[in-house]
Amino acid sequence: MPTVIESLNRALEHTLAHDTRIILIGEDILDPYGGAFKVTRGLSTAFPDRVLTTPVSEAGIVGIAIGMALRGLRPVVEIMFGDFLTLAADQLINHAAKFRWMYNNQVSVPLVVRTPMGGRRGYGPTHSQTLEKLFLGVPGLRVLAPCAFSDPGDLLEHAILDDDPVIFIENKLLYYLSLQDDAIQGDLVISPIKETSLPVLPTPNHITPSPNSLPMISYAPSFSITIRDAPPPVLTITAYGYMAELSRQAILQLAYDHEIFVELVVQTQLAPFELEAILSSTTRTGRLLTVEEGTLNLGWGTEVIAHSAEHLGNHLQVAHRLAAYNLPIPASQPLEATMLPDVDLIVETARKMVL
Amino acid sequence: MVDQKSLYRSLYLIRRFEETVLENFSKGVFYGTTHTYLGQEANAVGVLYHLQSEDIVVSNHRCHGHYLAYGGELRSLFAELMGKVTGVCAGRGGSQHLHWRNFYSNGILGGTLPMATGMALAEKHKASHAVVITFLGDGTLGEGIVYETLNMAALWRAPILYVLENNHIAQTTPVHLSVAGDIAYRFRAFGIPVYEIDTSDVLSVLSISGGLLDDIRIENVPQALILHTCRFGPHSKGDDTRSDLVIQQMRLERDPIQIQAARLEDKDRAKIEREVDREIQQAFLQAIDDPLASWDPSISSQVL
Repeated sequence: MPTVIESLNRALEHTLAHDTRIILIGEDILDPYGGAFKVTRGLSTAFPDRVLTTPVSEAGIVGIAIGMALRGLRPVVEIMFGDFLTLAADQLINHAAKFRWMYNNQVSVPLVVRTPMGGRRGYGPTHSQTLEKLFLGVPGLRVLAPCAFSDPGDLLEHAILDDDPVIFIENKLLYYLSLQDDAIQGDLVISPIKETSLPVLPTPNHITPSPNSLPMISYAPSFSITIRDAPPPVLTITAYGYMAELSRQAILQLAYDHEIFVELVVQTQLAPFELEAILSSTTRTGRLLTVEEGTLNLGWGTEVIAHSAEHLGNHLQVAHRLAAYNLPIPASQPLEATMLPDVDLIVETARKMVL
Repeated sequence: MVDQKSLYRSLYLIRRFEETVLENFSKGVFYGTTHTYLGQEANAVGVLYHLQSEDIVVSNHRCHGHYLAYGGELRSLFAELMGKVTGVCAGRGGSQHLHWRNFYSNGILGGTLPMATGMALAEKHKASHAVVITFLGDGTLGEGIVYETLNMAALWRAPILYVLENNHIAQTTPVHLSVAGDIAYRFRAFGIPVYEIDTSDVLSVLSISGGLLDDIRIENVPQALILHTCRFGPHSKGDDTRSDLVIQQMRLERDPIQIQAARLEDKDRAKIEREVDREIQQAFLQAIDDPLASWDPSISSQVL
């Protein structure tokens, strides 16, 4: 199977080859370097007119891409480190996210901003963070996070075809994992779940949309991962990105070593919230553990549990969040490892929750 | 041949629109805020005189004059400021957030510059031959994104005209307290040719901007035009800290409407004024009668 990075690279190549509206913009993305994490390697050679290397100007790059998107192109921006998304926050929040709605659906902003996030590589406080939670509460932005349980390139191609702005979060440790998108992986059963989200209006010319538009099937699936032929799960763990991979390892360990059977729900869309898979699993298990790499307070897990509490009432007996400490992320390996959630912590927390 | 009457009409229309807004704001007819273009009318009318049908205009918070000079309707602009469903953006945007045809404005200073430049690059990519005209003010020179954008515009040869309207005051802060050095050097540093003029005469603005736009169309490069100008009104509704004397002096010496009026026969001028006054009054009354924007369930489903 290809790796996540190969899947993303092929998707970009495929879309560039088939759609001349697509432009890649980012710092140091030209060959032979091909981007800090090599996701764009080979593309500037194949499409020299549509792969633009830029000055170190994250806000300007995203702003220029927004202008291009408003005028019919489909720019895909690479922000070298997710930490630098803060530099482009004004463009994303006060420009890209607003335009379609505030201009009364007369325009659309088909923009993708891809960026690597996450720690465990010792890059220190400003190159290791997981900051996507800062964008999850912004109406008008879709936030996606691929995982290795499906084809990340496929998700990226859908994002590029999306008429609304998308922030596409690629965890750095995910890049070199091989895809595991077969339905059965050893003792695991992986089932995609179609989520529904609020309707979006892809056509900019419809000034008066139908007020009764039906909920749309999202192109970003969730995944239910369970142990094959096991008894019914007693706990739901939900995670995304690389934490989904660590959670996969944890649920195997919980089954093998402790005979605790867990359903792991992996999301690929973080915003707008799509919670059917999580709610449906938690209704059955009564217990919900959220696992994320970002800091704990006011994070993704906080919102997932708040929604779950509102929807599930007494069906939710126990809930817990695992996340990074509420601290800047240190460079030193032992310090960094201590403050980020890992497999052992997931296993230990899960065991306490089912006691 | 330039039609002097038509220029006067455009200037006078913007003037009367803005005066009508200010006169009626305190009466509660409008809702929210406004930034009027009083005194700067010659800039929008002169530069946008050269617009071709596919050209794009990107404006800022002080956008009414640009919008009307672009050809925007009076009634829909009044209605937008009143929060009416017939407004330019059905009441969602308000005074600073307009979009109609190829006209766009937004209320974040400097944030519109990369957007405008990206639009110019997109049009170049599509070989549409459209150019972008974007307006900024002296206050915006404090925003870092301006310089990120000028750098990329020059590197990538974006077909865009940056029109800097220096009205010498950013909200209440005079330009000498907020802008160091020479404004023109800010463009020259990136190799962007810059032209500068201190005038309130629409014909001077028209003449200099015509040449710049021709160059942009032929050479596909960015150009900058600095227009030293005067803001007669408050930043917003009533927040002017300058003395009445200063304003009176400005109105006496630098009024684009008076300058252009002097080129017309009295009877022609009076006729235009009568017509425009009537038009404004009609549009204003229509907008007042228009229904307010009302919440319908689709509003919440139209955003991600």
